[in-house]
Amino acid sequence: MKAPDFEYLRPETLAEALAMLARHGEDGAIIAGGQSLLPLLHFRLAAPAYLIDIGRLEPLKQIVEGDGYIEIGALVRHCELAASALIGREFPLLHQAVEHIAHPGVRHRGTIGGSLAMADPAAELGACCLALAGDVLLQSAAGQRWVGMADFFAGIYETALAADEILTAVRLPRRGHGGIQIFNEVARRRGDFAMAGLALVSDRGLGSPRLALLGVSDRPILAVRAMALLSQDPTATEAAIALIGDEVDPADDPAYPPAYRRHLVGVLMRRTLAELSP
Amino acid sequence: MKTRRIALTVNGETVEREVPVRQNLVDFLRHDLGFTGSHVGCEQGACGACTVVLDDQTVRGCLVLAVQADGATVETIEGVQLDDLRAAFHRLNALQCGFCTPGMLLSARELLRDNPNPSRQQIRDYLSGNFCRCTGYQAIVDAVETVALERLP
Ligand SMILES: Cc1cc2nc3c(=O)[nH]c(=O)nc-3n(C[C@H](O)[C@H](O)[C@H](O)COP(=O)(O)OP(=O)(O)OC[C@H]3O[C@@H](n4cnc5c(N)ncnc54)[C@H](O)[C@@H]3O)c2cc1C
Ligand code: FES
Ligand code: FES
Repeated sequence: MKAPDFEYLRPETLAEALAMLARHGEDGAIIAGGQSLLPLLHFRLAAPAYLIDIGRLEPLKQIVEGDGYIEIGALVRHCELAASALIGREFPLLHQAVEHIAHPGVRHRGTIGGSLAMADPAAELGACCLALAGDVLLQSAAGQRWVGMADFFAGIYETALAADEILTAVRLPRRGHGGIQIFNEVARRRGDFAMAGLALVSDRGLGSPRLALLGVSDRPILAVRAMALLSQDPTATEAAIALIGDEVDPADDPAYPPAYRRHLVGVLMRRTLAELSP
Repeated sequence: MKTRRIALTVNGETVEREVPVRQNLVDFLRHDLGFTGSHVGCEQGACGACTVVLDDQTVRGCLVLAVQADGATVETIEGVQLDDLRAAFHRLNALQCGFCTPGMLLSARELLRDNPNPSRQQIRDYLSGNFCRCTGYQAIVDAVETVALERLP
């Protein structure tokens, strides 16, 4: 089908965009890359009265090096993450994960801010930003706030974003040298949304692991028990593999039943740990 | 119906038009400009039949609004040179009905621009967003691989 009609607004500055959102946020929608929103409009699953196109807000397209962190603007596209040498150096996890997002044509338009705001439970970038202990910057005409990834995701397609807020950036703390970052997922075909995925980030070998899972809950989650086990005893890998499947409670899905997804999580954990000991 | 005036370059020519704001780029190219080489399959980003080139990158023509392409440079299958790829698709039976072919050719062209010597797996990965209901893909991968090898110095 075709999209329903709407009023199209194209702000040139963030201040202008925030003012528009303050007025029309309740019955309006932001469009960034449009790679999730346009299918929703075509299906008539969304029918905003106003479409606010933030695509021309140049400051949101930057990747900035800060003191101890890297800040990725909300409009940085998937293909730009993949092309960034800085990201490759600091967060190889993101380079690995982006390869699994959709197909080149979608990666050329989709943005990191759009992916996080969409909050698809199987999205790669949400789980990666959670594993990397990121914070998102949410701005409105009234002010701004930083929200940690664990507090940002609130359920399937649900986030902490208020109707008048724009997610403008995600800030990821730099990791120490000699750390580990590994991403793995299982999908039916290249580019499909994952049935399950796992992001491992750790400094000092396996000493302080953060394990984030995607596709197995209503939001990306940390495997806290496996993390605790491995930080006490980094050699307890078999025990961690055995335990991690029980940490997740996937939704009932006839195509991929919960038991199968729990099994996949164990498989992913085994693959990931195998990459550590070549 | 809300409309907006846009100006863009399509296949080398400057175009200015008043478009419905809800119209997607591939419908604009097909209905308003007559470039019917780009096809419309799913309108949800899955099939890749609508692939066009926007500012030097392939995109889903169904997942870009025409108003978003204001000021941009667009190329469709009608506007690009791909003689050897086209010939190889023909020679190696890489098409049957041809519905997917314009999208396949534009994606393959981009792959060979960015990676002149891809493996068969890399070809498959790159074309994973272009569905073909006829060929079973084998011949398409053959054609792209053949052109890559022919082009190597
Ligand atoms: C065929 C296909 C396959 C895909 N496969 C995958 C996949 O395997 N993995 C994956 O992760 N994704 C996948 N995607 C989704 C893709 O990654 C999208 O690019 C991404 O989810 C949304 O980014 P966007 O910039 O296109 O957002 P949009 O579509 O523009 O927006 C999505 C939502 O977020 C809101 N929004 C956007 N930006 C902001 C912002 N800065 N602040 C506040 N709200 C905002 C919008 O209002 C909308 O509700 C796929 C998409 C398609 C079409
Ligand atoms: S019509 Fe655009 S991807 Fe199918
Ligand atoms: S040739 Fe018919 S869909 Fe590909």
